[in-house]
Amino acid sequence: MEARENSVHARIGMWLFLLSEILIFGGLFLLYAVYRAKHPGDFHAASLELSRFDGTLNTAILLTSSLTAVLAIFSLQELNKPKRAIAFLAATIGLGGAFLVVKGFEWAAKFEHGLYPRAEHLLQLPPGQILYFGLYFTMTGLHALHVIIGMGVLSVLLSFVARGKATQERSAALENGGLYWHLVDIIWIFLFPLFYLIS
Amino acid sequence: MTYARYVYIWLALLLLTAITVTTADLNLGRVAIIVVLAIATVKSVLVLLYFMHLRWEKRLVLKLLVPIAIATLAIFIGLTFTDVMNR
Repeated sequence: MEARENSVHARIGMWLFLLSEILIFGGLFLLYAVYRAKHPGDFHAASLELSRFDGTLNTAILLTSSLTAVLAIFSLQELNKPKRAIAFLAATIGLGGAFLVVKGFEWAAKFEHGLYPRAEHLLQLPPGQILYFGLYFTMTGLHALHVIIGMGVLSVLLSFVARGKATQERSAALENGGLYWHLVDIIWIFLFPLFYLIS
Repeated sequence: MTYARYVYIWLALLLLTAITVTTADLNLGRVAIIVVLAIATVKSVLVLLYFMHLRWEKRLVLKLLVPIAIATLAIFIGLTFTDVMNR
């Protein structure tokens, strides 16, 4: 655990950044809370358009990717097995890609039903439903952007481990990359019930 | 130390996901939103404590950052609702 003590400054910086990320999404969650309180019926009706199966599948994919991310860090920090860490990182990046593929199919299905920002069909729906889909595309879109960035960060870290730039003694970067990935997971943990499970 | 600890947390997270999807179909009415948010909070705490290693964090400043962010958000949302609900 000595390596963890040495990386404390890097960790403080990372957690401050994560705090700012929480507040960015927090503003959107606030908008969501107010509009849902004002239009509970419309939000329920609009949420029926989403595929609960796709949402649940993506939740499982992202939770599993968080597991492989933490196992990658554990493999390097505690077991000193860089090859295994690389395999776990590759799995994490792959699962992130799978998440985006499912998300892509989901969005494509919405577009086919005339549900995309400023679509004629969408603008004829009740105001609460327009707000719901506006928030849906903004929040899941911003989240998907974070998944893409996270996959980029983890790819760089994978190359660090492969080239011996990240090792058991120098694992702060890998740990911080993991923290970012887990935060993206936590945001999804809240997005999933708020958009897919409105009763 | 082995991988087992992390695998158990992952299984707990999947189980909680299954529970939250199942409860969505029971017509719980107004309580439903509280139930899904409570489960999401438990899942987040598991990720924060175990996957993000806060359980083993020795620095108080790092342990406190997340509660501070959540308290800030709660104030934002709480105060906004006192306005929105009384118009």
